[in-house]
Amino acid sequence: MSAATWQRRRAGLRESAGEFASYRSGLVGAVLLVLVVLLALAAPPLVPRESLAVTQVTADRNEVPSLAHLLGTDSSGRDVLGMLLWGARASLLVGFAATAMSMVIGTVVGMAAGHFTGLTQGALMRVIDFFLVVPSLVLAIVLSTVLASGLWTIVIAIGVTSWASTARVVRAQTLTIESRAYIERSRALGAGDAHILGRHVLPAVMPLVLANTTLAVGAAIIAESTLAFLGLGDPTTYSWGSMLKRALDTGAATAGFWWQVLPPGIAIVLVVLCFTLVGRALESVLNPVLRSHR
Amino acid sequence: MTIASNDAVTVAADDTPRGASLRRYVAVKAGGALISLAMVVVLGFFAFRVLPGDPVRTMTQGRQVTPEQLEGLRRQLGLDDPLLVQFWNYLRDLATGDLGQSYVYKNSSVAELIADRLLPTLLLTGTAAAISVVLGLWLGQRTAWRRGSWFDKVHTGLALTFWSVPTFWLGLLLLLVFGGGLGWFPTTGMTTAGAGYTGVEHVLDVAHHLVLPVITMVAVVYAQYLMVMRASVLEEMHSDYLTTARAKGLRDDLVRTRHAVPNALLPTVTLIFLTVGGLVGGAVTVESVFSWPGLGYLTYQALSEPDLPLLQGTFVVFSAIVILMNFVADLVYRVLDPRLRSA
Repeated sequence: MSAATWQRRRAGLRESAGEFASYRSGLVGAVLLVLVVLLALAAPPLVPRESLAVTQVTADRNEVPSLAHLLGTDSSGRDVLGMLLWGARASLLVGFAATAMSMVIGTVVGMAAGHFTGLTQGALMRVIDFFLVVPSLVLAIVLSTVLASGLWTIVIAIGVTSWASTARVVRAQTLTIESRAYIERSRALGAGDAHILGRHVLPAVMPLVLANTTLAVGAAIIAESTLAFLGLGDPTTYSWGSMLKRALDTGAATAGFWWQVLPPGIAIVLVVLCFTLVGRALESVLNPVLRSHR
Repeated sequence: MTIASNDAVTVAADDTPRGASLRRYVAVKAGGALISLAMVVVLGFFAFRVLPGDPVRTMTQGRQVTPEQLEGLRRQLGLDDPLLVQFWNYLRDLATGDLGQSYVYKNSSVAELIADRLLPTLLLTGTAAAISVVLGLWLGQRTAWRRGSWFDKVHTGLALTFWSVPTFWLGLLLLLVFGGGLGWFPTTGMTTAGAGYTGVEHVLDVAHHLVLPVITMVAVVYAQYLMVMRASVLEEMHSDYLTTARAKGLRDDLVRTRHAVPNALLPTVTLIFLTVGGLVGGAVTVESVFSWPGLGYLTYQALSEPDLPLLQGTFVVFSAIVILMNFVADLVYRVLDPRLRSA
């Protein structure tokens, strides 16, 4: 690629970044997210994993928040704040990984369903329709029960059940782009499927997919916490969903131990809200039609 | 002029095949639904047998089992037969409504268990859906009509916040407030254990148990009805027919309720059926939190054991319900929208 192309792209990126910064809510969301990611990365040195082992705890059970335990302790005497920090790792990791998987499947299937015709298209459309209608939580439950339990199983279960809406959007966009004259020109010059999809369609659908991605991470985090809450998570990792499952199983909610119920839920809502804010701002930046409406 | 008369001709010519085109539409949609159903049936089979992981080992994890017991379970589930024979047996059983034998509830078939739990789920999701539809649509048209007012800002903000809250956490919060603190409402089950109420007392008892689960579901679900109704009314806001209605001197309220709302309702009606899939997901978590004896709680019990035949049964039944509802949505939409009817 020539230097001029890069220069143009850099200028475009700078302009987009400037545009993004003008959305205050998006900026607030982005800053908070960076903070959460830093805290998640800092969890191992801040709260050594061994200190959360049930056999190592020195605190009492269900301790009320105090200076020693800022958010109290759970039914085994483990520090709630420490578990909250470790839980951020699972939520963010699964959120990003599952979204990446869902976006890749959705983009590939969507582009193929828009590009190819005849039997291939018909078959792909049926598959997309199927995954659109089937209740995704129930399917995710089935997948994560059948596969060996672990963090990656959850990633697969969420990724496999959440790509269909992306595929539908990408397919529509692919159809619009392929009806343009430059695709016809390219075809006339002898371009194959791979060239048209890779060099023309993919760059054109990417902005759409990227804006979708940020919004999808929030949904994936909710899905992760739901599966963990139902007891399908990795039993060896801490997660906000599994903390809430413990709170339900040990009767912490009905006993009024609010410090075991409120923090994990607030953490989920906060992170999901941040992704939504950033996603909406990104969408406005990347979609010129929405931008002019502002 | 010629164009117009041409149109008249084509409309007249289309008149006879209009019934045929409706039949074609229904056939296409029914075909799609049937293919989806077939895929659910196939997936229901292969997910539990072909995917990596040994079903017998999954079901017995964490238990003391002898090799003989494993062998017996394997035989009971028919896992020793060739895969095609297993698939044929599964299809044959399914056609007669036989979903197999539960592994944990030794004396009940999966079909019996599901039949027992169907009514409570319908009661819970039906009540929640009805309330959220009415609430969401009413708030949606009010917020749209007074766009930008504090009423609009408060309600769209509130709805979006509830929307980003995980259902089960909201349930836990209600448990915390009402179960532990105030004790106004019962927090588990559908009836008071051992009370043996009958008649009106029984109905009131169930209604009392219904309050918290329904509030949880409504709070999470009504946002989508509000947002769609709001967008739909906003789209109608600047239509000429509203100006006409105002010009003939109708009061603002009547312009809204008699002219704007009926037109805006159209897209939301389909949405109601399309959200059944989401309601099912909500039912699983809400019923798990409040131990509501429905299909969702059954799924939760099946996955915690795990009882694979039972889980397979709930998956097939849940999916079938949702696919059916989507089919109904397609039909209803066609019937309601005159523009589509003649197209």
